[in-house]
Amino acid sequence: MKVIKIDKNDWTRGIDKSRETYQLFGPVTDKNQSVFKQLGKDAYPEMGRTDTIMSPKSVLFPQTEKILTASLDESVENHHIMQMPETDTTPRAVIGIRPYDAKAVQLVKLNFDTPEYRDTYWCDAYEATTFVGLAVNQPSASDFSTSMGSGPFAEEGLDLLLVDLDDHYLAKVLTPKGETFLDGAGFNGTADTDASLKTIQGMKEAAEAAITSLVPTDKLKEKSLLDLHGAPFWEDTAFSCINCGTCTFVCPTCWCFDIQDETKGKSTSRFRNWDSCMSPLFTMHGSGHNPRGEKTQRVRQRFMHKLKYFLDKYDQGSMCVGCGRCVEKCPVNIDIRSICNTMNSYEPQK
Amino acid sequence: MDNPYMPYPVRIDDIEIATEDKSLKTFKFVFLNKEDEEKFSYQAGQFAELSIPGVGEIPIGIASSPVEKGFVKFTVFKTGVVTSHLHNMKVGDIMGIRGPLGNWYPWDKLEGKNVVIIGGGFAFTTLRSSIIYMLDPANRAKFGTIDVVYGARSPGMLLYRDELFEWEQRDDINMHITVDGTDDPDWKYNVGFVPTIVEQNAPKADPDTYAIICGPPIMIKFTQPALEKLGYGEEQIIMSLENRMKCGIGMCGRCNIGKELVCKDGPVFTLKEINLTPKEY
Repeated sequence: MKVIKIDKNDWTRGIDKSRETYQLFGPVTDKNQSVFKQLGKDAYPEMGRTDTIMSPKSVLFPQTEKILTASLDESVENHHIMQMPETDTTPRAVIGIRPYDAKAVQLVKLNFDTPEYRDTYWCDAYEATTFVGLAVNQPSASDFSTSMGSGPFAEEGLDLLLVDLDDHYLAKVLTPKGETFLDGAGFNGTADTDASLKTIQGMKEAAEAAITSLVPTDKLKEKSLLDLHGAPFWEDTAFSCINCGTCTFVCPTCWCFDIQDETKGKSTSRFRNWDSCMSPLFTMHGSGHNPRGEKTQRVRQRFMHKLKYFLDKYDQGSMCVGCGRCVEKCPVNIDIRSICNTMNSYEPQK
Repeated sequence: MDNPYMPYPVRIDDIEIATEDKSLKTFKFVFLNKEDEEKFSYQAGQFAELSIPGVGEIPIGIASSPVEKGFVKFTVFKTGVVTSHLHNMKVGDIMGIRGPLGNWYPWDKLEGKNVVIIGGGFAFTTLRSSIIYMLDPANRAKFGTIDVVYGARSPGMLLYRDELFEWEQRDDINMHITVDGTDDPDWKYNVGFVPTIVEQNAPKADPDTYAIICGPPIMIKFTQPALEKLGYGEEQIIMSLENRMKCGIGMCGRCNIGKELVCKDGPVFTLKEINLTPKEY
């Protein structure tokens, strides 16, 4: 295990140097909100504002992405035949991604990179990306990542883990990709590995201990899917929901999408756009029949997918990383933690 | 690996009006590149995305049969933006097909068995594919008796009428054609809903008999008890489901019933499998 010390005085120089190799993405302030964006030439990641309103999922999965194009002009060759648009798969690096968001990328990967099909767009973007994480020294009140297989210093899905120690970062090298990034940025300050790891371990334990929100998930696996689906609590759970879709929008593991064609003159493009299971149109058949036409059915779908279907399908934990964004942003205070608790402790009436 | 969103270019080779109300048309496509036809090697029961650049895509069951070479056929009900556009297209137009998608009827398991095919309305497409496949001289000996219960609202709404009446004349397939109602005094087949005709005419259950059902959700729901009454076990009832789809490859997230994705884990499930999922179809 290699640890590099990065003096904060050298930080901007290294970031500038890394731009020669990578397109950089990082947290910046936009309309008073902290969001992940591609960094312009003069922009630097705001490392004090990494608790972004949105996760960096859009770096790999843009909210709108052109996937195919075609000409509708019958006088040109190959009209009405779809082509791949030019896609940029040059190296990119996400600076300051939180460990729970990096874990989310790994969960989303299970959907887009399967034994049968490989989603070209997501997978190519994923392979081009280096994830430079920043450990969470002071978890927020809604952070319950330790309950969901992640944590403030979790390393899954990261190539590098930065730990903020006021005047410097310790950078834990986790993969060859991470090492390449450090080389590219010219960060090579040596640190006493043993002492550094000890420091990091101490900070990790303190950060984990600071998370007071603990959500039991231990019994979800053994519960019957049909019992949970048929449980009486969904009416109450969904009662206050206004189906706004904010939870799906801010969720780092929500990957559902729609596909739409748009035409301008004689040229057309096929786009994929983020979609939401909170919308009735999401599942409506051409006939008008809708298997999830009622709000309660859609709310149940969201939580069952996150906490039960995904678990049963992949046996890799819940499809939730405990970032707490949906808890903070829900306008009617629906809280996945209490729903998880209800599901985990549910015993059907015999 | 290939881009799973990229359709194979095809040309519309023929368009046939399939029902008297003209709400269904059968489209015959040929692949622009011969090698794509080989890549599109399919089994009876699978579906594909018909892809019209500038309009969109629709998931449709493959109506042609793996034993029919040189083209693929789809029978499409005019109902939304893409299907309405398709109904207005003409022979020679270029579009795309993406697939084959989903699983298929379990042909390995069905070898040596009696098969009862049950279909309703315009969901008879993959069942036509299956019947043509089973009746093919190279395959017919692999199966025991074949019964077909097929119903539509009226005689003119039955798909593939010429083939139906031809099969009716054969002695290696038992046809039970029905309509919900008709004022045709010469109608010589059944009148009644599919579940009733199933109960009256389908062979009684035995361990070597399997039922394959494809139809609208409502027909599926009512046919199930009819088969159970005849003694069919939940592993002998094989159903093809439909749900709203976009990607067709298990990624876009909308067609799930519980943890199963109708587009990728299905569309074909045994009743036993379906009984383990919420009935969100």
